[in-house]
Amino acid sequence: MTSALELSGISKSFDGFRAIAAADLEVRSGEVHALLGENGAGKSSLMNIVAGLYAPDEGSIRVQGRPVRIAGPLDARRLGIGMVHQHYKLVKSFSALENILLANPKGGFARGRAAIDTALARLADRIGFTVDLTKPVGALSIAEQQRVEILKMLVGGARLLILDEPTAVLTDMEAERLLALLRHLASEGAAVILVTHKLGDVMRHADRLTVMRNGKTIATASPGTLNAGELTKLVVGTTTTECAVPAQNVGGPVLSLTGVSSGGNGRRETLSDVTMRICSGEIYGLAGVGGNGQTELAEILMGVVTTASGRITLEDAVDITDATPKTRRARGLAVIPADRHSYGLAGELSIADNYAIGDVYSGKYGGVLRMKSSAAQTAAGAAVAAHDVQGVRSLAHKAALLSGGNAQKLVIAREFAGAPRVILAHSPSRGLDVRAAAAVHARLRAARDGGAGILLISEDLDEILLLADRIGVMSSGRLVAEFAAPADRQAVGEAMVSHG
Amino acid sequence: MADFILNWLVVSPAFAVPFALAALGLIVAEKSGVLFLGAEGFMLVGAMTGAGALITMGGHPLLALLVAMLAAALVSLIFAFLVVVLRVDQIIAGLSMVFLCQGLTSLISTQQGWTNRPISGLDPIALWPLSELPILGRLLFHQDAVFYATIAIFVAFHWISNRSLLGLRLKAVGENPDAADAAGVSVALYRFGAVLCGAALIGLAGAYLSVGVAKIWVDGMAGGRGWIAIALVIFARWQPWRALAGAVLFGCIEALIPRIAAAGIQVPQYFMLMTPYVATLAVMIWAALLRSPRTGQPAALGTPFVREERR
Repeated sequence: MTSALELSGISKSFDGFRAIAAADLEVRSGEVHALLGENGAGKSSLMNIVAGLYAPDEGSIRVQGRPVRIAGPLDARRLGIGMVHQHYKLVKSFSALENILLANPKGGFARGRAAIDTALARLADRIGFTVDLTKPVGALSIAEQQRVEILKMLVGGARLLILDEPTAVLTDMEAERLLALLRHLASEGAAVILVTHKLGDVMRHADRLTVMRNGKTIATASPGTLNAGELTKLVVGTTTTECAVPAQNVGGPVLSLTGVSSGGNGRRETLSDVTMRICSGEIYGLAGVGGNGQTELAEILMGVVTTASGRITLEDAVDITDATPKTRRARGLAVIPADRHSYGLAGELSIADNYAIGDVYSGKYGGVLRMKSSAAQTAAGAAVAAHDVQGVRSLAHKAALLSGGNAQKLVIAREFAGAPRVILAHSPSRGLDVRAAAAVHARLRAARDGGAGILLISEDLDEILLLADRIGVMSSGRLVAEFAAPADRQAVGEAMVSHG
Repeated sequence: MADFILNWLVVSPAFAVPFALAALGLIVAEKSGVLFLGAEGFMLVGAMTGAGALITMGGHPLLALLVAMLAAALVSLIFAFLVVVLRVDQIIAGLSMVFLCQGLTSLISTQQGWTNRPISGLDPIALWPLSELPILGRLLFHQDAVFYATIAIFVAFHWISNRSLLGLRLKAVGENPDAADAAGVSVALYRFGAVLCGAALIGLAGAYLSVGVAKIWVDGMAGGRGWIAIALVIFARWQPWRALAGAVLFGCIEALIPRIAAAGIQVPQYFMLMTPYVATLAVMIWAALLRSPRTGQPAALGTPFVREERR
């Protein structure tokens, strides 16, 4: 069988940071080849080299056995390489047809459109789906946008399809359909590279897999020869299994909500009459299907949304119902927001600034008129080291360049710096790989054992069962059930859906 | 009264043309995602070069207009280099260009003695037999060459924008440069080209002021029309035909000002000069109240393009 793609000894550095170190990869025609690895292992960077977006520093590329140089996206397309990026490269205001035409401009505007129309009709027969060609792409669902991307590549005659984390944004059913489609394309002779960190997808749908770790390709194998445990070990390096550690010293309440409701002023009531108590030294896990009021509760506690009725108090009955976020922070409330890129970090600011902003009112980093950037640098440097934030090339670097797990570690480093009494952690491990999630969990447990009260809001029931000492279940904006750990998974799950 | 209105409307196109051309130039440049605040400056460059070319070289006035377009495009190379290659802040670069051009045109025209020298201008061309139509004939078919050219340019831009790969790529670069880049479109090349073409159109608008209408060059004669054109583009939500309609409206208002004064009606002229901005503000407030996300603004307007580094 011929190799559709052969990479050998590929290296790439960004600003002195070695993202890919002598990576090798061989993909055959007619197979679905999975590229596995943790966040920041270099999978996307390696694939961007194949797609012509980055130029490699070293190494050679062969396509169908011939050595090639891929200088840009156009070269890649000419070689039959098509990549569906994690963030779709679509113009939202254009229709699907216009987007496909933009990437496949053969024969001018009018003839190009006609050619694409016929090509799509043929494709629809072959792969069994099509998309609305006239609507603006921005109005289509995420799964439909992905289909536009795939069609774009197929119309261009791609023989090597690369998909970067394609199932991350899809529902289970959509993901199954996509993976079936990829299998079908491979059976017709195309080569498919599936970049992912979902082991389940790989075990069921890949013919072979290559594992990347720290920018290197570690191993190539077929899924049949490995079990899930061995695969995890390859990806992570060591096997880590977390187990529950119950709380030791539960103290008095540090956060109390009494009859809290949201809405009012003509807005929909999304929280109704929530009463709960979180004590020092415990993790209170709030479970529930997404969109049942958890986000509103988090926003109310952060102080960005006001309550319609009810009272929120901290330790010693300090009322913070109407307090500003600044006062809440000063009273010992720390927040790990769900959307770390919008609420947790200012992506355009440096890592040092992002760290220092948590404590600017203390005067530690200078006053209103003068900023002591050296103090901020020193403090941030120490925190980055203490919290093991990886991938920091310089403290002056933009925070947006950190990978998900490391960005979260930075948020935690900042939020935990003031030894908070109450911690609101909203989906703290969303989008993180196993190791980064374990690190986040360890930090939460350490804070709990240090005497803080933690409210953990998560849609991931496994995470709740693993961490929480008490569990509350939210449904339709109400707290419908409470359980003490160890809780019965079945019972919690039933409470989550019963009141819907 | 009918005479008053007819006389007013007949001169209005001459006032509308500079607005229309400048607004279209801005739309061309901004469709590529480059925020173009230097319109006032490039109008001055066009106006001065047009007059200067006519004084020094003579020849047909249309030749002078061509020279003016080239000059504006040439000066815009500086702006394009700043924002596309060096990725300087586009607001600052645009404003700097205005002040640079103001100084430069005053300096050169004083040195060369071009200021306040009357020049021969454009003559109206009657498109017979259409020019014999009652009222409409005088209004639309007895104008100068630039008036007809303006309409042709708008039609051409409409065609390019909606019916060609060139237009599709231009819009893609302004809406989502990442997507355009991945599709193999050179973002830098398209932005460079759009800035140059836009500046040339704005230069033509300026040259029309000196060569076509006033038949003289005086310092700062663009008189804020470049700024009005920027307002007009927002007003038109980056749609060329709406911009043309807006230009006609603003042109009519401008043509009305001296006539009202001449007729002895007491309206403060500054109030009239203010109206285009009031209209723009009103449109922006209206759009904001509608809470419609579609202001028509290219999504990547004002953002420099860097091929994404590792995220």
